[in-house]
Amino acid sequence: MNFALATLLSGGGGAVNDGPLAAGIKNFANWLTEPTRYSVSSILAIAAVFYFRKFFSKVWVITVFFALATGLFVFAFQDPNFNAIITKPDNVPIIILFATVIFFSWLSLRRAVINDERTKRGEPTLEGELSKQKVFTWPDLVYIELICLVLFTAALLVWSIMITAPIEEPAATARTPNPSKAPWYFLGLQELLVYFDPWIAGVLLPSFIIVGLCAIPYLDTNPKGNGYYTFDERPFAVVFFWVGFVLFWVSFVILGTFLRGPNWSFFGPFEFWDLHKLEPMVNVDLSTYFWVELLGKPRPDEPLVREAPGIIALLGYFLVLPPLVGKTLMKKMVAEMGMVRFNVFMHLFLWFVLIPIKMGLRWTVNLKYFIGMPEFFFNV
Amino acid sequence: MQKLLNYVRESQVWKSIFRHGYPDTPRNRTLAVLSNVFLHLHPVKVRRSGIRLSYTWCMGGLTFFLFLILTLTGLLLMFYYRPTAEKAYEDIFALREHVPIGVMREMHRWGAHLMVITVWLHMYRVFLTGSYKPPREFNWNVGVILLVLTLLLSFTGYLLPWDQLAVWAITVGTNMARATPFLGHEGPGAALLSFGGIDFIHAGDDVRFGLLSGRFVGEGALLRFYVLHCVGFPLIAATLMAVHFWRVRKDGGISGPL
Repeated sequence: MNFALATLLSGGGGAVNDGPLAAGIKNFANWLTEPTRYSVSSILAIAAVFYFRKFFSKVWVITVFFALATGLFVFAFQDPNFNAIITKPDNVPIIILFATVIFFSWLSLRRAVINDERTKRGEPTLEGELSKQKVFTWPDLVYIELICLVLFTAALLVWSIMITAPIEEPAATARTPNPSKAPWYFLGLQELLVYFDPWIAGVLLPSFIIVGLCAIPYLDTNPKGNGYYTFDERPFAVVFFWVGFVLFWVSFVILGTFLRGPNWSFFGPFEFWDLHKLEPMVNVDLSTYFWVELLGKPRPDEPLVREAPGIIALLGYFLVLPPLVGKTLMKKMVAEMGMVRFNVFMHLFLWFVLIPIKMGLRWTVNLKYFIGMPEFFFNV
Repeated sequence: MQKLLNYVRESQVWKSIFRHGYPDTPRNRTLAVLSNVFLHLHPVKVRRSGIRLSYTWCMGGLTFFLFLILTLTGLLLMFYYRPTAEKAYEDIFALREHVPIGVMREMHRWGAHLMVITVWLHMYRVFLTGSYKPPREFNWNVGVILLVLTLLLSFTGYLLPWDQLAVWAITVGTNMARATPFLGHEGPGAALLSFGGIDFIHAGDDVRFGLLSGRFVGEGALLRFYVLHCVGFPLIAATLMAVHFWRVRKDGGISGPL
């Protein structure tokens, strides 16, 4: 307790003497990475990247980006709080993930932009031009594979010699570490536990992700863009995958690894992982909003009546919305896809969209559950 | 030197292994691929567009290569590891303390992390080039299952060092199974599955219990994860990989514009 008081008084654990500029950058980074701002600004960033894709696909842009990122990284490395989390041996792959996903996103965007321009001019795509020529597997392909393999093995060996695989204290089921984190590749799902109950975040959504991935080739009836990079010929598919993979999956893994500390509280990259950081829990169920706030009555005792507003809202969302938009806004889509494909797609898509909807409602009106029936472990 | 090389190449032993001359003619280059069981995963000729690194990113190949590295290093680690609650931690600790410049555990751990990343990037590339479109729909599905298997392989391996990180990561991960609808004891609908006041689904028989063979992450879970990690999942993954590669060939090779 004394320790907590001391840290509170000193304004955080890592007492560093920063100049005003350094302190400003750090404060800004802590401010910006807060989940609400982070999610909103990264959605805006993705929109900007696609809208100005010609600019963002230039070589000097990515070079400047990586130079800046490296510079920031070196600067941040001096900070004890950032250093403590970034130098954990098991976090090295997360940095590799960050760099490779950004690089390859850029590379695919660049090739898509070039291909789209060539198509506009009536020329064949980069791939189309080369695909007419055939080369012998030996030596052309075999040598590429060999070189990749040798370089990769060398890199892995150097990494393995430089950094020893950690081993913590022996397992003790009585002592729970704080924070307790799932393996890093599941941290996106653990992040969703903030907004959804385990049966959705841990069971339903992963199942839908797998089913949804499997369904992609059967739902995407657009014959274009097969075997080459393009954006203009399949904009929805590309944006959808960027949002799903880069924004939700990968960036939540990074957020969960670096910015979630004790009690799964949020900590900025330059913030001390204070065990006693308090986050007020003021979340309210939809039923409370409806009965207490809107009608001014106490909530009914019968769970089904009590939760009726949420049940109606969700039934409307999942059952009424698809046929409604199918008959009006997305008439063309239904005609192209057929009824079965459209309905499967809409239900998977509505679950996907429910995630940002729930997050937005949590951030704006502190919504806890649409339907809150802890009696049956049925909370949505 | 040249004479010696020629002598070796003309010997019966050499000729019994390589049934073609030096691969610098079209005929010999064809034979080099066709007569080699590993190389014949590839067609004799490939589209020039399909072998560009800027197109394929080499992520599928690296994933397969990592699988081989992990099989090899994993095999070596199995010599020194006993999957029991008393010995597991001790054995891993000994590997670190008593082996000078030991890199097997490191290569296994960092390689496993990397394999998850390369699988994701491979899927990312395949999506962005629309390579799941006909006729490759089925192979995309095989790939999705391989992705899940990669995560399961990594997840089961996570427990084996039997340290705090391992046990609690698996605890957090498998806690989700408690909430499985109908099949987990804290899942929606589980309470409906009861008869005469007797619950069919409780902490002692739900899916989490099945995963861990116990109510918490204990010795039963360790053995179960060990067997799945070292035998079960690799076998399934290897089989599906064979299907995956076969279908890449049958569906028209590395994707390219039609």
